[in-house]
Amino acid sequence: MSTYSSSELLTINAAHLLRDGDVVFVGVGLPNLACNLARHTHAPNLVMIYEAGVIGAQPARLPLSIGDPTLVSGALSVCSMYDIFAFYLQRGNVDVGFLGGAQIDRYGNINATVIGDYHHPKVRLPGSGGSMEMSAWANRCYILTPHQKRRFPEKVDFRTSAGFLSGKVERDAAKLRGKGPQAIVTDLGILEPDENGELVLTALHPGATPEQARANTGWDLKCASEIRTTKAPSQEELRILREDLDPNGIYLKGGA
Amino acid sequence: MMSKLTTLSEAISSNIHDGDTIYAAGFTHLIPFAAGHEIIRQGIRNLVLARATPDLIYDQMVAGGCARKVIFSYMGNPGVGSLRFVRSQIEAGTLEWEEYSHFSMISRLQAGATGLPFMPMNPTAAGDLERANPLYRTVTDPYSGDDVVVVPALKPDVAIVHVQRADAQGNAHLWGIIGEQKEAAFASSRVILTAEEIVDEEVIRSDPNRTLIPGFIVNAVCHAPYCAHPSYTQGYYDRDNSFYLQWDEISKTQAAVQSYLDEWVYGVKDRSEYWQKLGVEVHQRLKVDSRPSRVVDYGQY
Repeated sequence: MSTYSSSELLTINAAHLLRDGDVVFVGVGLPNLACNLARHTHAPNLVMIYEAGVIGAQPARLPLSIGDPTLVSGALSVCSMYDIFAFYLQRGNVDVGFLGGAQIDRYGNINATVIGDYHHPKVRLPGSGGSMEMSAWANRCYILTPHQKRRFPEKVDFRTSAGFLSGKVERDAAKLRGKGPQAIVTDLGILEPDENGELVLTALHPGATPEQARANTGWDLKCASEIRTTKAPSQEELRILREDLDPNGIYLKGGA
Repeated sequence: MMSKLTTLSEAISSNIHDGDTIYAAGFTHLIPFAAGHEIIRQGIRNLVLARATPDLIYDQMVAGGCARKVIFSYMGNPGVGSLRFVRSQIEAGTLEWEEYSHFSMISRLQAGATGLPFMPMNPTAAGDLERANPLYRTVTDPYSGDDVVVVPALKPDVAIVHVQRADAQGNAHLWGIIGEQKEAAFASSRVILTAEEIVDEEVIRSDPNRTLIPGFIVNAVCHAPYCAHPSYTQGYYDRDNSFYLQWDEISKTQAAVQSYLDEWVYGVKDRSEYWQKLGVEVHQRLKVDSRPSRVVDYGQY
């Protein structure tokens, strides 16, 4: 059995969620690696879009920022920021969005803005960027995060982007075009929304237990009646990540 | 027509005044650092600094004492993490801020650039930022009766825009990531243009689709090679990612920030001296190989 870091585990499981032909709004770091891994394996027709306004990027080196020049050279198209958010995201041309945040709550709402009071912040985080729109308008959203209690509170301090709000009924009433968060991939397993929009444990990575997941979640985490075991990272997937995509281990070394 | 060519120092002293709202454009790409440093050197005060991503340029200008307020949609060090100086001022309550999502920030510029009072957007339902910032409003779409979210036009006093090449009138070609340069220029009362190269009008006229900014909205044109470092200019030099990492260390203490400003901003006369001071090793590291586009044939009519 091969060994792998938790970052590699997250990246490979994220890649498995992508379908060939998906148009993906990508961030740097692990989502970028997951998309490129999918492109090199089961999803050669994946289209990568960056909020900087790049469509159909084929980065020749590992991009170290969301506006890396390697995203532009050889891309299908480059447009303004207004155009990428309006023509592509708001219009409904994006299948998948990757989101991250300091806190994710029971209903998949995300806080990327502040810990404590907004006007008197205890810890000020970077803020929304494009995540407020992505969580509302991309068809499917995925979140990659280490599984830690402080990252999974019952309720977020600040709702930067919408998951299922107070439950699926409220999100449906808001008539957003996107379906909301479809999977939260952690280093222990995968959480998915149930029929009420509550995140429940549906899969565990090889070796992880439901008790571990429950102990590291800030609410009373429900388990699906049948919990799947995810496919362990293959030698080929690890090779592509380590040799081709992140040879210096900038994002893949150690934890997520 | 009279040339608008001038020095960066002159362009800034005659166009930027204490208390102005400025928009130094560029999403990761073409960020006009040389202009930011010149503003710090000139000791301009009480500016309102608007940018989707404040980036290191506003971190340094806030540290240089130029700003009373920042307007932003993502306050981070791109690719690295926290934007430490601005963040610490916000946490300490010593800097005003006004915050948006990327789309609403850019929609504000789009409204300003097109002469509209506000710009509508579909609701996102997230809610908390709209409650925290009273400039977000919700109105009824008069056609469907549904809610739309609106943000008011942003009309900065001055836009600073860096480009690959411009003529002496300010007709400007830019390519690569074109974030919000055009919108910032059209939204603002005055435009300072900096360019890697000053070219003949003939060069501009050879590829009119690439002219995103027409000279007649530009007030000053400055020849400023390497203006964007540690950001980059597509096709000219690479982003200095290692400086972005270094700034993460520098910006941990007030003393280190001050000594950076003393050495690299106050300690140099202009961008040319700054670039020489960076040294050959950095120049070599940021060099890029050529990858030209195929020539476009507009036809002779």
